[in-house]
Amino acid sequence: MFMKSKKLSTIKILSILILFYTNFMSIALASTFSEEQTVNITKNLRCLICQGQTIHESNSDFAESMKKYIKSELEKGKTDEEIFSSLVTKYGQWIVYDPGISRNTLLLWSLPLLLFLIGGVIIANKIFRKHEL
Amino acid sequence: MSENQIFTDFEVVELIEEKQINFSEVLTGKNFYLINIWSSWCEPCKDESEYLLELKNNTPVMMIGINYKDKKKNALNFLKLYGDPFDQIFIDKQGTISINFGAYGVPETFLLNNDYKILKKYIGPLSDKDVYEIKKTINN
Repeated sequence: MFMKSKKLSTIKILSILILFYTNFMSIALASTFSEEQTVNITKNLRCLICQGQTIHESNSDFAESMKKYIKSELEKGKTDEEIFSSLVTKYGQWIVYDPGISRNTLLLWSLPLLLFLIGGVIIANKIFRKHEL
Repeated sequence: MSENQIFTDFEVVELIEEKQINFSEVLTGKNFYLINIWSSWCEPCKDESEYLLELKNNTPVMMIGINYKDKKKNALNFLKLYGDPFDQIFIDKQGTISINFGAYGVPETFLLNNDYKILKKYIGPLSDKDVYEIKKTINN
């Protein structure tokens, strides 16, 4: 009888410990994930009132507010893309370091390729003419 | 938000009653809304208050204050000292409400129409010229 109650108490304690541990781990993992995501987002955002700093690097009032805003948006379940897109709507494309391909940035993204192709055509033309002579 | 942008809704907390509501609930019944981000510790906000009072007294615009990273006691003292031009005031303790507006800091002012479209955005304290422009926009 004594052995049985001892066994039951051990199971109870173990269950409580497992429950506590899984709860603790889920909270810890969730907050780490969110923290990492916040850092990744803030590293790609320009501090608009600082010189050459990202939101992540800056301690300005604006950057601190922005960090809290991003954290709260992540807590609401927003994705990185949704956060970037809403900030671009509010502050313009200038706020992001990596502007991505859009109608406004298409020329910017395609310019290196265009220059490369034009350069290639010029070089090929010159070689062709040299061989013709 | 930049000019011509239409803002998306978010929750705000009133300064006096500390009641939480959706910001869109505030924007009803008027043709124009002037949103001013201010704080008691902000020096230019003191200079700006006379312009806000002028707009409050001489235009049909609804004046909405966003009290930025401030203490309630200091905010109320500020209003007592420099006058209260606002129909409603909301708290922005963390600065996140101002980010929702696309603001950079204090003071900052936005003129919205009844389609929630931002007609004008003023970064920094209002001037004579800005007040003239706001009045002109409202009266046209």
